[in-house]
Amino acid sequence: MSTATTNKKAVPQTSDGVAIKRKSKWGPGTIWSFVAWVAGITFFFPVLWMVLTGFKQEADAYSDPPKLFFTPTLDQYRGVLESGIGTTLLNSAFATVVSTLLVLLLGVPAAFALSLRPVKKTKDVLFFFISTKMLPVVAAIVPLYVIVGDIGMLDNIWTLVILYTAMNLPIAVWMMRSFFLEVPSELLEAASMDGASLWTSVREVILPLVSPGIAATSLICVIFSWNEFFFAVNLTAVQAQTIPVYLVGFITGQGLYWAQLSAAATFAALPVVLAGWFAQNKLVRGLSFGAIK
Amino acid sequence: MTTTETRSAEADSEKFVPRPRTISKAEGWRRRGPLLPAMVFAIVVTQIPFLFTLYYSTQSWNLVRPGSREFNWLNNYVDVFRDSQFREVALNTVIMIVGTVIISVILGLFLALLLDRKFIGRSLIRTLLITPFLITPVAGALIWKTTMFDPVFGLINFVLSPFGVDQIDWVSRYPLPAVMANLIWQWTPFMMLLILAGLQSMPKDISEAARVDGAGPFKLFRELTLPHLRRFIELGAVLGAIYLVNTFDAVYMMTSGGPGVASANLPFYIYQRAFLGFDIGQAAAMGVVTVVATIIVSTLALRLIFKSFSGNEEAA
Repeated sequence: MSTATTNKKAVPQTSDGVAIKRKSKWGPGTIWSFVAWVAGITFFFPVLWMVLTGFKQEADAYSDPPKLFFTPTLDQYRGVLESGIGTTLLNSAFATVVSTLLVLLLGVPAAFALSLRPVKKTKDVLFFFISTKMLPVVAAIVPLYVIVGDIGMLDNIWTLVILYTAMNLPIAVWMMRSFFLEVPSELLEAASMDGASLWTSVREVILPLVSPGIAATSLICVIFSWNEFFFAVNLTAVQAQTIPVYLVGFITGQGLYWAQLSAAATFAALPVVLAGWFAQNKLVRGLSFGAIK
Repeated sequence: MTTTETRSAEADSEKFVPRPRTISKAEGWRRRGPLLPAMVFAIVVTQIPFLFTLYYSTQSWNLVRPGSREFNWLNNYVDVFRDSQFREVALNTVIMIVGTVIISVILGLFLALLLDRKFIGRSLIRTLLITPFLITPVAGALIWKTTMFDPVFGLINFVLSPFGVDQIDWVSRYPLPAVMANLIWQWTPFMMLLILAGLQSMPKDISEAARVDGAGPFKLFRELTLPHLRRFIELGAVLGAIYLVNTFDAVYMMTSGGPGVASANLPFYIYQRAFLGFDIGQAAAMGVVTVVATIIVSTLALRLIFKSFSGNEEAA
């Protein structure tokens, strides 16, 4: 009975033609919901399996058929934490947080200058920013390696901070611009007629309005910096090693230790997965450079 | 609709934002001020290395032979185009990008249609579905290489064993498809999110009206939904391609480009030349070739993205 009521309520909102004709409890709608569940779980399964394998003993990890049920152990997670993942986690956190702050420091004012009080040639500047994102990074790695080596900055976390800032700056500029453009101009007019200075209206009117945008932009930058591998693997070694580079160690050894590897991969992925889950409503906007709201 | 129009150049420029042509010199600099640090930073960090790449590409320069550095005109480029491995790698890159984009778009469209309905646990399923895109690519590649694709203990062979598949070593027998499987798993959620945003921006009254007129679900999809989604699918494909040109993690972790260069793409091959072969000149020349090729795709991409900002650009 209650199922029928919810179904009826759902009908106006659905955009597929099948729903309206649905009568029985086991109509096509139920089938598609089931398919959606299966698809969701299938896509998620490798991640779930990674987390689970991290709770196994190595003997349980290598079993044919694979074991879904086993006696869980914290040995692997503990082992990974004791094997020096801490330093790399700190390096990753430092590069991520500092570069994200720098991106905001540079990107938010730039986005302002490209939206609410636009400079001349706004379009060209926007074009420039996005074009830097379209240059394949591999084209810059050779000189970067040589230059960074010449100034003695190889294996230095600040090198990654600077590169990650440059990598995320275009996304931040475009994304923040799309938030600035949503600020109703009536509000700004009212503020300026009340005699508010530009700085006051920025601080009291604009910033509060775009703060969700700043949060979303930060999360996107966090995801990209944390996951970055190419610069990290080529420009760092021991001191400034970040978490993705740390994971490489698990494929170069003689034998593979799946349980331990899975535990390490879980540690590596956890922060960004959580960040992404929180930011999921703004994810599209960041990934499409603000083009899709 | 009307509000957007009134919020155009006139209304804006009179009060808060003066018309660009009436801006005085001082005002011009005040406006440029907030932009300059970001511009200078972006130019220094992203453009100067590329100028060096151009310069290095004209040098015969191998780090293993110190003192061998000299100007050699465009010989590096001649070598690059003569290099049959480079051609194979370039083809791999195209297959990797195009294949991944097409399959991810199709799967993403399917998943987006599934999620554009109300059902119990929809937001949970959406959250689960985007996870492959969020997970650190290196971790994802590691998981696929080991626990998924392993010939003896891997889940893929276990799942396929009822169908007579027996201990296939996917990664060494089908290196490129194996890497692509990992990439498709990673990029399908991205396409799904974009297409879902498209579906949710679709005016519902039109499809209601069409349905009342007796249009079947298939016709409705083909003649209303798909044309509306076109822009979103194009944008997804182009953005996906731009991100995928830089694919490195998956190749590095799963196959190291092998066997031979069977699964190497341009970033990996250039990396090999520069950091394992120490051939700076050659690697730089390949980098330049990659950039030129990418510019063609990018031009298309930029036009699309600008088009997506409908209206805003004219006002600015």
